[in-house]
Amino acid sequence: MLTDLTLAQARDGLRARDFSAIELTDAYLAAIAVLNPKLNAYVTVTAAAARAQAQAADVALAAGRHAPLTGIPLAIKDLFCTKGVRTTAGSRILSAFIPPYESTVTANLLRDGAIFLGKANMDEFAMGSSNMTSAFGPVTSPWTRRGDNRRLVPGGSSGGSAAAVAAHIALGATATDTGGSIRQPASFCGITGIKPTYGRCSRWGVVAFASSLDQAGPLARTVEDAAILLGSMAGFDPQDSTSADLAVPDFAAACRRGVKGLRIGVPREYRMDGMAPEIEALWQQGLGWLRDAGAEIVDVSLPHTKYGLATYYIVAPAEASSNLARYDGVRYGARTAGEDLAALYENTRAEGFGAEVQRRVMIGTYVLSAGYYDAYYLKAQKVRALMLKDFTDVFARVDALVTPTTPTAAFAQGEKMDDPITMYLNDIFTVPANMSGIPGLSVPAGLDAQGLPLGLQVLGRPFDEETVFAVGAALERAADFTAMPGIRAGG
Amino acid sequence: MAYTIEGSTGAWEVVVGLEVHAQVISKSKLFSGAATAFGAPPNSQVSFVDAAFPGMLPVPNREAIAQAVRTGLGLGAQINLVSRFDRKNYFYADLPQGYQISQFEHPIVGTGTVEIALADGSTKQIGITRLHLEQDAGKSLHDQHPSKSFIDLNRSGVALMEIVSEPDIRSPEEAGAYVKKLRSILRYLGTCDGNMEEGSLRADVNVSVRRAGEAYRTRCEVKNVNSVRFVMQAVEAEALRQIGVWESGGTVAQETRLFDPNKGETRPMRSKEDAHDYRYFPDPDLLPVVLEQAWVDELRAALPELPDAKQARFIADYGLSAYDSGVLVAEQATALFFEAVASGRDAKVAANWVTGDFFAAMNRTGRTIENPPVTAIALGRLLDLMADSTINGKIAKEVFEAMVETGRDPGAIIDAKGLRQVTDTGAIDAAVEAVIAANPQKVAEYRSGKDKLFGFFVGNVMKAMAGKGNPGLVNAALKQRLG
Repeated sequence: MLTDLTLAQARDGLRARDFSAIELTDAYLAAIAVLNPKLNAYVTVTAAAARAQAQAADVALAAGRHAPLTGIPLAIKDLFCTKGVRTTAGSRILSAFIPPYESTVTANLLRDGAIFLGKANMDEFAMGSSNMTSAFGPVTSPWTRRGDNRRLVPGGSSGGSAAAVAAHIALGATATDTGGSIRQPASFCGITGIKPTYGRCSRWGVVAFASSLDQAGPLARTVEDAAILLGSMAGFDPQDSTSADLAVPDFAAACRRGVKGLRIGVPREYRMDGMAPEIEALWQQGLGWLRDAGAEIVDVSLPHTKYGLATYYIVAPAEASSNLARYDGVRYGARTAGEDLAALYENTRAEGFGAEVQRRVMIGTYVLSAGYYDAYYLKAQKVRALMLKDFTDVFARVDALVTPTTPTAAFAQGEKMDDPITMYLNDIFTVPANMSGIPGLSVPAGLDAQGLPLGLQVLGRPFDEETVFAVGAALERAADFTAMPGIRAGG
Repeated sequence: MAYTIEGSTGAWEVVVGLEVHAQVISKSKLFSGAATAFGAPPNSQVSFVDAAFPGMLPVPNREAIAQAVRTGLGLGAQINLVSRFDRKNYFYADLPQGYQISQFEHPIVGTGTVEIALADGSTKQIGITRLHLEQDAGKSLHDQHPSKSFIDLNRSGVALMEIVSEPDIRSPEEAGAYVKKLRSILRYLGTCDGNMEEGSLRADVNVSVRRAGEAYRTRCEVKNVNSVRFVMQAVEAEALRQIGVWESGGTVAQETRLFDPNKGETRPMRSKEDAHDYRYFPDPDLLPVVLEQAWVDELRAALPELPDAKQARFIADYGLSAYDSGVLVAEQATALFFEAVASGRDAKVAANWVTGDFFAAMNRTGRTIENPPVTAIALGRLLDLMADSTINGKIAKEVFEAMVETGRDPGAIIDAKGLRQVTDTGAIDAAVEAVIAANPQKVAEYRSGKDKLFGFFVGNVMKAMAGKGNPGLVNAALKQRLG
């Protein structure tokens, strides 16, 4: 089936004219039509625009002109503003918002010939680890536990993107990661995702959650596919003051480097009480694979890891409370009238924001308020500096770190819903990379006893995604992860 | 003599500090490429950044930062090579982001000084606490519709400099002189046009009163005062109000007030607008502003001569008085005009003409130094025609008025009107003879010692010559003839 091809295979097939871009796109659109009602991975499908793009791609390919992604059909997380195409951020407040501009990352993908199938569902304003907070309903994971047909979550916040890639209703997807929103759903859905170094991808045109943590990255079926996508998404953008003015390396080539001679660190603080034994076992297995491939395994310490989650849940809501102030019903987006300005704000935001967004806006407002700023926000920033120092110290001795991506496999829809803190614990292994700005990749490494995928995380030095890809690709080769979800195109 | 206000219980000292908001002269806004021209149709100069659309990001405007540095240098202030933008969070309909990007903890400019000149001839140093950059908000129009408010976002995101003074000001006069001097420096630097009517310069006036020698008492902030005169009136009105409160046994509460120029009084703003917790925190969309010392030095080297230096030079080089030089340097264009007139001529005469007849003509005709009633070149020619005795001083005033009236060259006016000074000794002698012959009585009195009558003869001779006689030759001829 065309939808079974990896991105690299599809790219080569298109260039060899084994099949056309319109055939490939139609295969995906057909699969979406069948599976999206079950999965709810897309909130908007842009079939007509996708077919028009595919036809243009075929003209280019026929003329022998091809860019890195010519004819490749992708899902776009609904946090990326797409010109003329509704962009909701998973929120009721933006349910009718049509941006008059294209985000830099999606513009880069279009420049490189990509085809957009539609906009992927997500947790509201990227706040969540389950995709249960979307105003457009939850996304269902294409995976189920063995002998148990309860619907599972795909992870979040990029749950729609991850489910679409895993179920073969997108060849790859854009996603964003503020505290793990690429890596955790990648792990839950048995696919690869990378959060690159903060500053590698432009944030311009991406609806902001927490500006100092948000970073765009790809979700894909293989490490190489993720590398190809990141190569197109990344690059300096003068419209984003925090964008890094650095050349984009050949990430795909880095996947073929191997790990011989690399020093791989194992942070002891990631050995958490109550972590599933099979995750610990998988971790050890992954380290064994790398040792077999010629890497040296080194025990290291990141002493401030234990404060990561607490500080993250101060910094991220603080920035969010300010970033989301613009959704006030005055200029665009949903408005609920009120008798005066204050009532307009209160009604609009009470109607427009879901419970999780309201909770985080309240937390953020609280930690920034007079009398609490020093105790919460300022202290969190100090701890953040210490966390970065932990990584800087460790990366003087090792080339990359390998950890589990999440403390558990995917859970069922409705589980962990009673207590927000339990949900927040999902991010425990992923938030340190956001707090420190370093790159992190999740690669599927095995299945748990119930047949659900588990990922391993590779962390690297700032702007050294190449080593991260090299280690990720080595794990991928050794793991030979071929398991497929029950719900998938042609499945 | 220090300024005090006499209350019913004794004298009160007034303590004032000013926060001046100065709109930066810059083609585009502080964090977006949108234009900043005044008077454009509503909402015609608004980018997606200014309207806070989703995913839009601020990018600092290098020119606005340069303008702030130039201003800091012009105020003799410390330039902070590392500064930071913070968010000041509050909700209002004309604040699209829901926060204003400002500099709270780490401003771009630190302490400096402004010297003001007072009417009694003394000068005083007013300390500058800081200068920081921030965005302006949009404008809310509440009077266009019975139930709706209209919002104009043209001003949203425009760069402002907030210049904060120390509480060094002690009288309405000093407050006025400070604003005028600050405006003058900003205009010299070309960093703010200082136009208070258009709102490019506005002041928040912090006022408190105290007994001599006391610590500061509670202050009130009078917001958004938009003329020098109103600043002076607001200081006085607010001081009188506070004295009244203290003297009647009350306590002044710290609050934000507005000045009503029609009633000449301040009144409290609604407390709701005063109760914000702004939740300042560093703007995570922006990196710290890091300046290279070499770049600051370049800006410093390119600064124009500022009013204080220019005044010192006018006094030293031209021998002008402190008062005249102060008047001439207040506006850069006036100083330039003066120097154009004075160049190669008697500078004191030039100063007298510029501050005298020329200023009077400018006021009378309602014209400006940029569009003067008489050009500097023409005025210079007039002075030359006096210097070379083509006309005398009295005729020069007549010619000047004709220049204002017609815009013609002084030489042409003199020729057309036949105003050329008479230096023909024959004509002068004839006029002298005629005056002596007509006034035998006065001649006798003069000769018997009444020297004061000499002026009478000069006046009559000049009158007989229609004012055109060369005063030196007339004097000489009279002296000789009267003996």
